[in-house]
Amino acid sequence: MITVQACLDGLLLGILFALIAYGMALQWGVMNIINIAQGDLVILGGYIAYFMYLYGIHPAWGVIVSPIIMYFIGVGIYKLVINKVVDRDLFISILATFGISILFMQLMNFAFGADVVLANSGYGTTMLFDNNVTLPNSKIFSAVISIVFAIGLVIYMKKSKLGRAIRATAQNSRAAKILGVDTEKVYAATFGINAALCGVAGALISITFTIHPYMGLPYTIRSFMIVIVAGLGNLPGVAMSGMGLGVFEEFADYILGTEFRIGAVFLLLVLILVYRRFKLSRKREYLK
Amino acid sequence: MKITRIILSFISAVVILFSTSVTSFAKVVGDKIVLGAAISLTGKYSSNGVHTQNGYNMAVDRINSMGGVKVGGKTYKFEIIYYDDESNPKRAAQLAERLISQDGVEFMLGPYSSGLTKAIAPVTEKYGVPMVEANGASRSLFTKGYKYLFAVLAPANLYLDVAIDLAVEKNNGKPVTVAMAFEQDAFSQDVRLGVLDAIKRTGSKKVIDDKLPKELNDMAATLVKVKQMKPDVLVVSGHTKGALTAIRQIAEMKVDVPMLAMTHCDAAKLSKQHGKNSQYALCASQWHKTLTYKDNFFKDGMKYAADFEKEFGYDPPYQSAESSAALLVFKDAFERANSFDQKKVRDALAATNMQTFYGNIKFAEGGQNVDKPMVLFQVMCDGSGKCENKVVAPTKWASAKLIHPIPKWSER
Repeated sequence: MITVQACLDGLLLGILFALIAYGMALQWGVMNIINIAQGDLVILGGYIAYFMYLYGIHPAWGVIVSPIIMYFIGVGIYKLVINKVVDRDLFISILATFGISILFMQLMNFAFGADVVLANSGYGTTMLFDNNVTLPNSKIFSAVISIVFAIGLVIYMKKSKLGRAIRATAQNSRAAKILGVDTEKVYAATFGINAALCGVAGALISITFTIHPYMGLPYTIRSFMIVIVAGLGNLPGVAMSGMGLGVFEEFADYILGTEFRIGAVFLLLVLILVYRRFKLSRKREYLK
Repeated sequence: MKITRIILSFISAVVILFSTSVTSFAKVVGDKIVLGAAISLTGKYSSNGVHTQNGYNMAVDRINSMGGVKVGGKTYKFEIIYYDDESNPKRAAQLAERLISQDGVEFMLGPYSSGLTKAIAPVTEKYGVPMVEANGASRSLFTKGYKYLFAVLAPANLYLDVAIDLAVEKNNGKPVTVAMAFEQDAFSQDVRLGVLDAIKRTGSKKVIDDKLPKELNDMAATLVKVKQMKPDVLVVSGHTKGALTAIRQIAEMKVDVPMLAMTHCDAAKLSKQHGKNSQYALCASQWHKTLTYKDNFFKDGMKYAADFEKEFGYDPPYQSAESSAALLVFKDAFERANSFDQKKVRDALAATNMQTFYGNIKFAEGGQNVDKPMVLFQVMCDGSGKCENKVVAPTKWASAKLIHPIPKWSER
């Protein structure tokens, strides 16, 4: 039963992380920008849901309101900062988004205070296997919403005009430009969509976990890892590696102890990178 | 021309020298005793930083309006120079240096949190500046042999050992099994050491000993272990985040445990954020308004709480109460020393033996307050869902009877 519990806990957690990583992979692939402020956008999205909760609106509505507001915030950030670094060195974009991250942390702290807060959904718990396995409904809700948004986005990318333009830009921005795609608009929309996904994830996190102005960085690191493991432009891979990492984390926690949880995840990352390099070098030899 | 220039620069140098040395007489100016404090007004500790500042200000106003401090037959009033340390230990140490060497402050009040107090203490010690602090409870502060550091609060290792004693008492004096989950920071690990001492003392057994990473807000794996091991007591300490996460996930995962003890329930506004789910949680606290300690300035806890609420619009957390108590300690020490000599004031502080609305205060060799026990309160809710914190231990101060064991989730 413990195994089932740890598996399910990990899966539900992983799906949520995958949603955040999904946004990061999209933006990284299209704009070649590693967004350090990813986690802070998530937390900001969480605060939107939290404030709705404070004013008596059920926080679940946050998954609709928060992405809309966050989309415009994302486009705003793009117009103010990101468009100046989009074609530059990767290092410049990391620095710029690192700056945005610090600014967001301080602004959120200033505006919302340094208290740890959460929004109660009152969703209750699902009991399985004679009450031996418990699944908080809020986590199930989070996973379902994450999946809905992820599938919705995949369809949007395939079918819509903007989606096709985004994919074209990701493949070759110069060619796309020559063929009449307004890449500037595509970049703005991509950053906006990423921020919107962060908004959804944030709202879900305020329902399932806790939020705090300085809690963004772990989400950035986690999504960064998921994208590294899955590879760019590999959206099903992002989902799989998100869930895999979630389950791996829960088991590492259970078997090795909580203090080794994050350490185990990083060890896994190193192993995967070494393995990839190994595979790559074999390929090179073959090419020779 | 050259000579005039040299003379001019000499004069300006003298003027600059004098202007700085004028400020360095600022410790006691006219009828004012100037205290210095670096406080976290921004950054991650800003909420508790503001509670601390409100506590200080409340006591300054009260002492000043009730006659001030009498030294050498003259009456003085308190004044505090505040700087914002941005919740950053390095900045706090710089500001302490600045308060002492530039602003000429000769007496300091502590910052918020053990970490920042640890950063400031070496500075005040170097300059021989007496510091009364109210928000640094880490045991390591009191084992360094500091001579000028005085803490009005009980050290961190005493936070939750009472809970283990209580569990043993409820188990008819027989040892209990304990599950522990502590964040990996100085304060929480000190709390853990105290619990380990209590486990050893009572012959109890620890069955889970998890260390929670700072950035984690998911305790599901720990709670799965708790469900499996079925301990008699679950002890959690991880600041406000730990308290909020634990209550949320214990309720969601329906974890049944006879006793749940934690820290930071006050600061986490546990009952407000979680309502009935937080019911029966035992919380360690430095102070509670229903305690019947008394003094001449604030009368007692209830009066203090009412006055504080009138002035700042919220119920005082213990961080504010202990901060106010720090000023009462300073006033008492100045009057007994009857001097502003730092050594004399330091000796007077070391000899403090008084009662305040916050509790008895008497310092041990290391500077920690040894005369004030921690209290445990339990969150108790009525039928309408309104929850209140009621002191249940130590028995001398209890305003309600401990509910033990905690009813199972299926029976709630």
